[in-house]
Amino acid sequence: MNKKTNIVGLLQRSSVPIMFVIICALCIPIAGLSPSYLINEIVTRMGRNSFLILSLLVPIMAGMGLNFGMTLGAMAGEIGLILVSDWQIVGIPGMVLAMIISVPNSVLLGFFCGKILNMAKGREMITSYIISYFMNGVYQLVVLYLMGSIIPIAHTSIKLPRGYGIRNTVSLLSMRQKLDNLIPLTIRGVKIPVMTFIIIALLCLVIIWFRRTKLGQDMRAVGQDLEVARDAGINVERTRILSVIISTVLAGIGMVIYLQNMGNIATYSSHSQIGMFCIAALLVGGASVDKASIGNVFLGVVLFHLMFIVAPRAGAYITGDSMIGEYFRVFVSYAVITVALIMYETNKRRAKSLAGAQLAAEQEAQK
Amino acid sequence: MGEKTDIKKEKGWFGRLVEDFGLPRLIITLFLILLLILAPIVGADFPSQITNIIARFSWNGILVLAMVPMVHSGCGLNFGLPLGIISGLLGATISIELGFTGALSFLMAILIATPFALIFGCGYGWLLNKIKGGEMMIATYVGFSSVSFMCMMWLVLPYKSPNMVWGLAGKGLRTTISLEGYYSQTLAKFLQIRIGNFVIPTGSLLFFALLAFLMWAFLHTKTGTAMTAVGSNPTFARAAGINIDRIRLLSVVMSTWLAAIGILVYEQGFGFVQLYMAPFYMALPAVSAILIGGASVNKASITNVIIGTILFQGIVTMTPTVMNNMIHMDMSEVIRIIASNGMILYALTRKTEGAK
Repeated sequence: MNKKTNIVGLLQRSSVPIMFVIICALCIPIAGLSPSYLINEIVTRMGRNSFLILSLLVPIMAGMGLNFGMTLGAMAGEIGLILVSDWQIVGIPGMVLAMIISVPNSVLLGFFCGKILNMAKGREMITSYIISYFMNGVYQLVVLYLMGSIIPIAHTSIKLPRGYGIRNTVSLLSMRQKLDNLIPLTIRGVKIPVMTFIIIALLCLVIIWFRRTKLGQDMRAVGQDLEVARDAGINVERTRILSVIISTVLAGIGMVIYLQNMGNIATYSSHSQIGMFCIAALLVGGASVDKASIGNVFLGVVLFHLMFIVAPRAGAYITGDSMIGEYFRVFVSYAVITVALIMYETNKRRAKSLAGAQLAAEQEAQK
Repeated sequence: MGEKTDIKKEKGWFGRLVEDFGLPRLIITLFLILLLILAPIVGADFPSQITNIIARFSWNGILVLAMVPMVHSGCGLNFGLPLGIISGLLGATISIELGFTGALSFLMAILIATPFALIFGCGYGWLLNKIKGGEMMIATYVGFSSVSFMCMMWLVLPYKSPNMVWGLAGKGLRTTISLEGYYSQTLAKFLQIRIGNFVIPTGSLLFFALLAFLMWAFLHTKTGTAMTAVGSNPTFARAAGINIDRIRLLSVVMSTWLAAIGILVYEQGFGFVQLYMAPFYMALPAVSAILIGGASVNKASITNVIIGTILFQGIVTMTPTVMNNMIHMDMSEVIRIIASNGMILYALTRKTEGAK
């Protein structure tokens, strides 16, 4: 009995990854892309996205669900990069400086986000989601109106012709893939961004170490049960705020890595989609709203981006319309998040009613 | 939090006003009044501004009204509004496809949209009953998934009408479809009052008033009272023998149907059907409008709908003109984003007693 439920449970938990394996397996032959091209793309995208997705792990640990507010960190990273490219600091030093600039902004934004999420316990996700919209407005205010008029921007190449505000795209040519190519390595035509992978591996180690620290343990306790953690003398509010700040700071650094690979910033849209795609990728890797591991991150990146690459081509081949595939992958991203959220909520309710039944049975027995 | 409320109580009438009305709401109202005062000073045409606000009120009113039933039954704010909007769009496109024109096409669009809204609403309501407590987040994503799913469908479904499909390919619906010759301005032209620049779309307003009245009347029937009871105190409602799931399902179906009608009315005012990604962000303006009007996550009235829509649409229409005339800098988009999402944030962070 117990073994059987275990297998069923395992299948249930890994249903999303299995579904994705099937989708990819169907699409890859139809798309007709060469294996070397696919592997190259996947490796590039792993380097590009993994750091960002890893930033989602900490709030999940603290029981705050998927941090849609990671967009805030992405904004901080972008602001850092815009300033650095205006100061014409190129290459790795420019990247490092952009990260350093992003950190105080991220801390501030993360603190703001955490404060508000503490006021909206029980509906953190929708609140963090609305915060990302709200902050997008503030970001536009800063970048479109204040930069160049109040915040000095010297170079006309990134300024709008009207004299203030930043152009729609900011070129990062001087930093493009500087980190990826720092240690050049090519195996059978597959270019491997060694340095980026080393940084990602370091972050993984830090996360593993962090779980064992006092703060990490506190976060897990808070994630398990808020009231119990409070009774145990943990400052719940502070712990939750810290988890959001850590996530935001990591997202800011991750965004710099992401954009150095892309080679340019889409000033007003880079960050808006990033939250959704990262969250979808994490969920595709088999994570749920309350449980996510480093393994989920990497499995998710591979499967999600494989689907991302092959779906438009496969769709175009089947229907003769290239837009179908584009819409399909957007649909899949949203559908995955929807399904994961529904599964999480139903499981939560089931566990609650189970616990209730258990309690009732115990009380019955005590009589 | 407790200390702050104590201080407010000692503050006298102003403090009490802030308490009752909510600080963000007060700021938004004052902002709109300021805009109205500034408009004639900076040289904007005042009557046409007012006409704009009224017209936009008539377009959006029903979409905001669609929020009411779900808030009443405790399902929270209906971020899944796009689902209802899609039913409306299906009604609109099928009505045109079948060759109806003029006012009849509007009536047919409503009739065709209704079964879709009922079916989608039932499914959506059933889902929301499974996940009590997490409605708002899942509603958002149900809306998004359905919109992106329909993006594929608009391309694939066998529409033929040359007024709707891409001219070159002969298939796949266009992103915007003109309603000229169909139901553009059907309601607005009905009993229209025109004094110089000042126009009142009487028909649209009457249609809104009719639906609002029906909603008000419904909320005072036995089922309507039960709905309010479910929303304000589910335990009490269950003790009183109310079938909570059925009431919640009913509220979701009503909300979805109203959203379908709402988008059709919006289209007749706007003059175009917008497909593909257009319904995507239509929930947020409606949500923030009803919140600006004084609703909270678990309380909303018809008055909230009317006040909220006027305030929200007032700011949306007035800000660009006044700002442009004053400082030649159009910051209206940014102000709109910050104000509307700020309002939603404010409502989400309020404590909702009795809802749990």
